[in-house]
Amino acid sequence: MSVENTPASIRKTALNSAHRQLGARMVDFNGWDMPVEYPANAQKPVGGLIAEHMIVRTSVGLFDVSHMGDIRVSGPQALAAVQQMTFNDAAKLAIGQAQYSALLYPSGGFVDDVIVHRLGEEDYLLVINAGTREKDYQWVREAAQEFDCTVEDLSDRYTQIAIQGPNGWRTLQKLTDADLTQVKFYWFTHGTVCGLPNTLIARTGYTAEDGFEIYIPSDEATSIRVWNELLEAGKEFGVLPCGLGARNTLRLEGALSLYGHEISDTITPWEARLDRFLKMDKGEFIGRGALAAQKERGLERILVGLEAVERGIPRDGYKVLDANGTEVGYVTSGSPAPFLKKNIALAYVPPALAAEGAEVGVAVRSQVVKCRVVPTPFYKRPRVKA
Amino acid sequence: MAYPPEYKYTKEHEWLSVDGATGTIGITDFAQNSLGDIVFVELPKVGAELTAGSTFGTVESVKAVSDLYAPVSGTVTAVNEELATTPEKVNNDPHAAWMVRLTLANPAEAEGLLAVADYEKFIAEEQ
Repeated sequence: MSVENTPASIRKTALNSAHRQLGARMVDFNGWDMPVEYPANAQKPVGGLIAEHMIVRTSVGLFDVSHMGDIRVSGPQALAAVQQMTFNDAAKLAIGQAQYSALLYPSGGFVDDVIVHRLGEEDYLLVINAGTREKDYQWVREAAQEFDCTVEDLSDRYTQIAIQGPNGWRTLQKLTDADLTQVKFYWFTHGTVCGLPNTLIARTGYTAEDGFEIYIPSDEATSIRVWNELLEAGKEFGVLPCGLGARNTLRLEGALSLYGHEISDTITPWEARLDRFLKMDKGEFIGRGALAAQKERGLERILVGLEAVERGIPRDGYKVLDANGTEVGYVTSGSPAPFLKKNIALAYVPPALAAEGAEVGVAVRSQVVKCRVVPTPFYKRPRVKA
Repeated sequence: MAYPPEYKYTKEHEWLSVDGATGTIGITDFAQNSLGDIVFVELPKVGAELTAGSTFGTVESVKAVSDLYAPVSGTVTAVNEELATTPEKVNNDPHAAWMVRLTLANPAEAEGLLAVADYEKFIAEEQ
């Protein structure tokens, strides 16, 4: 049995010591020292990736997502700049509304996927991935150059905490004066949270579950106080602190893309099946020309959901084989799905093998595990009015 | 969790318990803790020949796959079938949730493995 060593940590969030105190197993995630899971221990009898995953599906879990970056674009031409640099239609956003979007290269490949929040009349906040923070900021600055607007990197100003699961709103409601029942999914508001006025409270997340993300000042004392108050408020719901392990399996059940896996600089939105967010008719934007040409030409590969029908776990990077055993694609993300209790994967395959019910093989080390193409998302949360 | 003093250990985090010519192999608490929730254990068949230092199976958690290395050589006489349906037993009680039993090809090989104090020192350095 071999166990990988965790390299010396590089960057830490303001909650680092809180994670260690909870007994978290830490990993280097894109240069960040982050909790992968919080195993059960004498002080905390329930824990570990599966328990964390399940609590988010059934009640509430807490995530430190401060490694995510935040870029503000504001000024008279902020909308025009955001429209130019993203593939979704930011003109559709009302103040207080957010949308899933992405930054593309002229080639149509991804710089990153982002959540665009419209803070004010000409004021937008782009929430971006940890591993691409510097690259994104440089790219956004360049793309915004021809517009009359200001680009600011606010990443280090915020501690971002996600409160996810059907009891997420009940947990957070105990600590804020904002009426959370009035905040719809992918909308946000500002309110006092744990005594911190004007806190951004967004009904967003990366778990395929209802939930909120809050943005609080990133000083250590405030961050740890709020984290602990959330854990306390969630106690009656059995809240657990949750790590990147559960975050990954939760998003995979929801078939949500992860940069470097389902999307990258060499993959386009058509291939990643993000058509519903791609607004070709909104006007010019970076990457549009290449995407129009690709649509014309047709796709050579497309993202599908796979479910293993034999014993074996498809994992990231494993080869996908056709009936003849020829390599035709690869798994972008694969894992046991704790809630669905199946082994699932997202994979790139040729369009001819992408139909629901099609059978492919995945090379799981020395054997080939038969998998079936299934509809995505694998998991869809039950619609309940909060 | 305490490491049984009568067991022998490897730097790959397997344990070996020896009773006469019979050896029993499992993975340590440190190993299960590093892996996290174990969901799949793949073991050889009865009769398989294991060679010291070579892989004889895999253990998979939600997040990771790890090879199992034979601490000693020998012929497999039994595998723990229970782990096929309840792999979490490796998390819950790693030093009791054995994986394979074997007839030792060369009992002297066990002498080359780590004693409990040396293994505890080794994992203290790994942490």
